[in-house]
Amino acid sequence: MMVIEGLTCRFGEKVAVSDVNLEIGQGAFIGVIGRSGAGKSTLLRMINRLQPSSGGAIRYDGVDVTALKGRDLRLWRAQAAMIFQQFNLVGRLDVLTNVLMGRLSTMPRWRALSKIWSEEDKAVALTALDQFDIAQLAAQRADSLSGGQQQRVAIARALVQEPGLILADEPIASLDPRNTKVVMDALQRINKHFGITVLCNLHSLDLARTYCDRLIGMAAGRVVFDGAPEALTEGVARELYGLEAGEVMDMHGAAEPEFEPALMPGAAAV
Amino acid sequence: MPFPLPHAFATLPAEQLAPLARHYAAAMASRRRHVYIGLAVIAVCIALSSWMGEVKPAVFLTNAGRLGNYFYDITPTLTFANFAADLGEWFWNLDHWLKLLWDTILIAYLGTLFGGLGAFCLCFLASANLVRSPWIRMGVRRFLEFCRTVPEIVFALLFVVAFGLGPMPGVLALSIHTMGALGKLFAEVVENIDMKPVDGATASGADWVQTVRFAVLPQVLSNFASYGLLRFEENVREAAIMGFVGAGGIGQDLVEAVRKFYYSDVSAILLLIIGTVVIIDLVTERVRHALLGTERRS
Repeated sequence: MMVIEGLTCRFGEKVAVSDVNLEIGQGAFIGVIGRSGAGKSTLLRMINRLQPSSGGAIRYDGVDVTALKGRDLRLWRAQAAMIFQQFNLVGRLDVLTNVLMGRLSTMPRWRALSKIWSEEDKAVALTALDQFDIAQLAAQRADSLSGGQQQRVAIARALVQEPGLILADEPIASLDPRNTKVVMDALQRINKHFGITVLCNLHSLDLARTYCDRLIGMAAGRVVFDGAPEALTEGVARELYGLEAGEVMDMHGAAEPEFEPALMPGAAAV
Repeated sequence: MPFPLPHAFATLPAEQLAPLARHYAAAMASRRRHVYIGLAVIAVCIALSSWMGEVKPAVFLTNAGRLGNYFYDITPTLTFANFAADLGEWFWNLDHWLKLLWDTILIAYLGTLFGGLGAFCLCFLASANLVRSPWIRMGVRRFLEFCRTVPEIVFALLFVVAFGLGPMPGVLALSIHTMGALGKLFAEVVENIDMKPVDGATASGADWVQTVRFAVLPQVLSNFASYGLLRFEENVREAAIMGFVGAGGIGQDLVEAVRKFYYSDVSAILLLIIGTVVIIDLVTERVRHALLGTERRS
């Protein structure tokens, strides 16, 4: 159970996240939706403590996360695993080493620096890779993999942290439709299989409706919608996305071109 | 642990895990073999070079005591009772030395400036990611190599013979060496850039010079500034020895003091040079941070 109270983040004059209050039960799959710049990423990064908050509190099972320091903070970060849009793997290291980085917070320093991984850690990392059918890629360099494979490695890294919570920041924004499904299915599987809470920033309302059992809509740093996907009407979506609502909700089927071809400069000369 | 794990992570059964682990171990073993071979080659090279170079630790150890002798000789006599006067006597020629030091800094400054400009013009031609023709690239690279492998002091001697005594040969010698050294570093910076903006500019019809100006330059400028300032520090040290061959600056007086055994003069001049280099270090560090700061703000 995570409780967020009055969470706020300011960058100088600009308020990125303003007075967010949420209660999130263990095992939920929550989509965070809204336009670019609505504060979705900042919210997720603040929960992981990657981004310091300017006010408010985060409590996880009664522990005040915003007050953690040192080793406790590192353990919390492992507990609230992040997944990024650009995967954030180390391209020059092999896949298994990237996954084993998820175990760093609980490993003695000599073991990490000498890269003499324990048999147990290696078994856990290979199992995590095998969950997503990429265990045979363990020895390859991470940057030789496709985007979809890299994101699965990143999810495996998150999984070996044995987290209670996964914070996925636009995990599919750089992927093609097929890989989008593979990655979202992977998130769904670890949510259902391990009972890990998933907080996932999404651009596509269709995906949010398909995978999430609760949606949180943000606009200008505030939570403006919080409810079941069915409750997200076209009116609410328009408020969230402004004029883009029709396009985002994919109401009119295929997108129509904004300009008539004849209006393009030079077209008349053809 | 403040956060109890909500679940236990079950690993694969051993018979499934074993082939995966074996595959990974095999791949790692071949990589480790390469590391061991590399280490062995380095060890052999060390052994060979110490044998050929007649490195004798025993000679070094027995004569190590003599290292301090010269430093003892150049230490001036300073008495507590008469400190100010002793100091004045030690730095008896301060005005003249400061003027020479100023000359030295100017030589370093001009050498860095001209060399940096040359390096800037040539580095793009030496970069494999921007120039397809291997002939141009090889030509420029060999030219830069020539410029930096001939020691500055040799260039300085050459120019002193051609143009006579004074700071000008020093500036020329430093410029050429700086061009060679900075040109290589700049070219390496250019080769490490992100090529996406280059594709973007080329795809919208920019010619080569325009691409360099708008897609490459913004990415490399901060690194160029860092390397340029670092080179300036090095050039102050280099300029201090230009005077050994009559190419201007404080080196003239230093070599004279060394040859004529004016012991306390040697230490005075060395201290002045060290002080100057420290000040230049501090100043360029601030400049570098200021440049990086403006970069981050914009």
